[in-house]
Amino acid sequence: MDKQMKSEWLLEMTNVSKSFPGVKALDKVNLRIRPHSVHALMGENGAGKSTLLKCLFGIYEKDEGEILFLDKPVNFNTSKEALDNGISMVHQELNQVLQTTVMDNVWLGRYPLKGLFVDQQKMYDDTKAIFDELDIRVDPKDKVADLSVSQRQMVEIAKAFSYNAKIVIMDEPTSSLTEKEVKHLFTIINKLKDRGCGIVYISHKMEEIFELCDEITILRDGQWVDTRPLAELDMDKIINMMVGRELTQRFPAKTNTPGDIALEVKGLTASNQPSIQDVTFDLRHGEILGIAGLVGARRTDVVEALFGLRGTNAGSISHNGKVVKNDNPHEAMQNGFALITEERRATGIYATLDITFNSLINNISAYKEKFGLLSNKKMDSDTQWVIDSMRVKTPGKHTPIGSLSGGNQQKVVIGRSLLTQPDILMMDEPTRGIDVGAKFEIYQLMLDLANKGKGIIMVSSEMPELLGVTDRILVMSNGRVAGIVNTRETSQSEILNLASRFL
Amino acid sequence: MDAVKRNQPLELLKKGGIYAVLLILLAVIIIQEPSFLSLRNLSNILTQSSVRIIIALGVAGLIVTQGTDLSAGRQVGLAAVISATLLQAMSNVNKVFPELGVVPIPVVILIVCSIGALIGLVNGLIVAKLKVVPFIATLGTMIIVYGINSLYFDYVGASPIAGFDPAFSEFTQGFIRIGGFRLSYITFYAAIAIVFTWVLWNKTTFGKNLFAVGGNPEAAKVSGVNVARTLLIVYALSGVFYAFAGMLEAGRVGSATNNLGFLYELDAIAACVVGGVSFAGGVGRVSGVVTGVFIFTIINYGMTYIGVSPYWQYIIKGGIIVFAVALDSMKYNGKK
Repeated sequence: MDKQMKSEWLLEMTNVSKSFPGVKALDKVNLRIRPHSVHALMGENGAGKSTLLKCLFGIYEKDEGEILFLDKPVNFNTSKEALDNGISMVHQELNQVLQTTVMDNVWLGRYPLKGLFVDQQKMYDDTKAIFDELDIRVDPKDKVADLSVSQRQMVEIAKAFSYNAKIVIMDEPTSSLTEKEVKHLFTIINKLKDRGCGIVYISHKMEEIFELCDEITILRDGQWVDTRPLAELDMDKIINMMVGRELTQRFPAKTNTPGDIALEVKGLTASNQPSIQDVTFDLRHGEILGIAGLVGARRTDVVEALFGLRGTNAGSISHNGKVVKNDNPHEAMQNGFALITEERRATGIYATLDITFNSLINNISAYKEKFGLLSNKKMDSDTQWVIDSMRVKTPGKHTPIGSLSGGNQQKVVIGRSLLTQPDILMMDEPTRGIDVGAKFEIYQLMLDLANKGKGIIMVSSEMPELLGVTDRILVMSNGRVAGIVNTRETSQSEILNLASRFL
Repeated sequence: MDAVKRNQPLELLKKGGIYAVLLILLAVIIIQEPSFLSLRNLSNILTQSSVRIIIALGVAGLIVTQGTDLSAGRQVGLAAVISATLLQAMSNVNKVFPELGVVPIPVVILIVCSIGALIGLVNGLIVAKLKVVPFIATLGTMIIVYGINSLYFDYVGASPIAGFDPAFSEFTQGFIRIGGFRLSYITFYAAIAIVFTWVLWNKTTFGKNLFAVGGNPEAAKVSGVNVARTLLIVYALSGVFYAFAGMLEAGRVGSATNNLGFLYELDAIAACVVGGVSFAGGVGRVSGVVTGVFIFTIINYGMTYIGVSPYWQYIIKGGIIVFAVALDSMKYNGKK
C-alpha cells in the first residue's frame, strides 16, 4: 500500500519552510505533482509560490522539509543540477541573452560539442526540429533582441521542452501572449502531458486554470491551504481559498458617470513607424476608457504618445479645450497627465530604494521649503497618505520597494502618480502580475478616481477586466483605431473582430 | 512586414562613422605628407599595433562580461620587468642575476604567463566571489601590482634593465623582409592572439558562455552556466595576454623599468570601445578590437609623422573616443 502510494507522484515537496529575516515566507508547504498532469499553483502575490520554486531549484536553501523526486530525496544546490535531473522552468522574467541568437539561448549551458568546438550545425538542426515539432515560426539564427515579446516567450517554452524534463514549471507564461498564442501554448503543454510530464502552471488567469489544469494547490501567506482535483472547485471557491475571505464579485459596482469632455485626441500619428497612425478619440471627466487590442496592436504607443515618451509628427491633443503639446513627460505632467507604465520592474519602480522615495519622486519639487531644501514633515505625511489611501502592506516607510509583492508595488506607483494631482490618468496594464484581491482594490481605486471627475485610460490585454471596469473601449488594430464601443453594449467577440480589422 | 525605410545617411553614419573619421584623418595626413603612403610606414604601424592588440584582446573579454581592467597596464609592466631580468645577455656586465644562465625564451613565457594568470585569477576572485565591481577591484590590484613590481625593480638595482640576450632581441625585434616590406615577428604573435581569441569567442562553449554571462548574467545562471567560473577563466586569461604582451614590449623597447605599461590599460579600453565592444556587456567582435587598435595607432603614428603636436593628438584622440561611443549608443538606444 505504502509503495503504491509513493509511485503515484513525480515530485513530492513536504513541509517545506523558509524564513527570511522578519518574515516566514513558507510555513510547512506541500506540493505533489503527478505524471501526466497539469498542476495549478495559485495564491496571491506574496503567498510564497516563487519562494517555493526557488527552494526546489536551489536558488534558496530551505530551512526544513523534504523534497522527493522520482521517489528519491533530492536537494539541488544550483539550477544546473535541477535541469540536469529533469526539472526545468519557464521564468516569468524571460531570462534571455538578447544580444545573441535564438539557438545560442536555447542551448545555453549545454552546447553540443564537436571535438573542442561548439557544433553550430547540430545546434541549428536540433533547434529547428523542436520549433517544427511545436509549430513555432522563429528562425534559430535570429537575434533574440529582434523578436517580439511573445516570440521570446515561445522560445523560452521551446527551451524548457528541449530539456526532456520530467517536471516543467511555467510561471505566468501567458502574460504576453495573444489568445491564439495561448491556444498554441496549451497544445504544447498537452504534448508535454502526453509524454508523461508533470507541469506546474502558475497563473492569475482563472479561465486558463480551468481550461488546462487537472489539480490545484493553493497557497496563502506562505501556508499551504489545500490541494484538490480542479473538477471539485469553481472560481469562487478558489478565490475564497486564496484570499481567505468572501469575495463575491471580481469587479466593484460601477458607480461613475462620465461628464464633460476632458481630452480630445485628433489624428495622432507617431513619427517613428511602425507605430500608431491617425488615432482619434475623446475621453470624458469621470470616464474609464479601455484600450484593447492584440499584442503588437500598438496600444502602449497610444499612451506613450500622449505622455510625450513617443515622438509624434501629426495630430493634436487638447485637454479641457486647450491644445497641449506634451513634448516630453515633464511637460505632460505639468499639463495634468500621469502615466503608470506597463513594465513595472523596468520603468515603474526604483527597486532598491524605499517606499518614501518611490512615493514622492514624481512630486519632489512640491516639498521645497524656503531655501530650496526638502521638508521632511510634508514628505512624511504624503508617504503616509500613499500607504494609507492605497492600503499598501509594508513593514515601514523605509522598506525597499523591491521587497514588496507586485500588487503592493503597483499601489505605491499609483499613489505616486496621484500625488501630482493629475486630471488624466493613464494606466498601462495596471493589474499585470497582481493577485485577485489587489486587483479588486485597484479597480475600486479607479472608480473612486473617476467619481472624483478624473479621466482614466486603461490599456489592458485582459478582456474580463476591460468589460468589467470600463465605460467605453477603444480597440486598436495594427496601429490604428478599429473602433470605439460602449462597454455595456459590446461583447468579447465584437472586440476580437475589431482587433483583427487591419491585420 | 514591418521593415521600414529609415533615414539612410544617419544609419550609414551610425554604422560606418568611425571608419569615415579614420579615412578623413588618413586623407588629411596623406595630403599633408604624401610620403606617408609607404611600405615602411605600413610595417611600422603593424609593428606598433601588435603589442597593443594583444593587450586590447585581453581586456576586451572582460568588457564583454560588463567588466573592465585598470590593472592591465601595470600587469604589462610587471611581466616586462620580470622578463627583462631573466633575459639579459651573458656578456652584460650589469646583468642583475649573473649566476643565472640564459633562460630559454619559452620558459620565460611560461613563467610570466603563469604569474599573469595568477594576478588575473586574483582579479577574477575579487569580482566573482567577493562581488566587488570590476572598476574598483582592478583599481586596487593596479596599485598592488605596481607596488610589487617596484619592490622587485628596487631589489634588482632600481635602474633600467637592458642589454638583452640576442635571441630575445631577435624574437621581439626581428622581421622577415619581403621586398621593401618588413613583417615583424611580433606581428605574427599578434596574429596568433587574434586567431586564438576569435576561435575562443566564436567556436567554443567557453566563448558562448562568456557572451551569455556578459549579456544577461541571470539568464546564464538559470540555464546552468557556472557564471563565477566563466569570470575566473576570462580574468585569468586576460592576465596571460597582458603578461605575454609585457614580455614582448620589454624586448621591443629594448629595456624595462617599473613604469613601463603606465596607462596602457586606457589605450586598450579606448581601442575596445571604439571597436564596438560595449560596456553594457554581451557585445563585441575580435575584428572590432583590432580595428580599434589600428585606428589609434594610425592617428598616433600619422599625426606625429606630419608633425601635429602631441597635445593636439590628445584632444583628437579624446574626441574620437566620445564620438565612437556616442555613435554606438545611438545604435542601441534609438529614440522612440
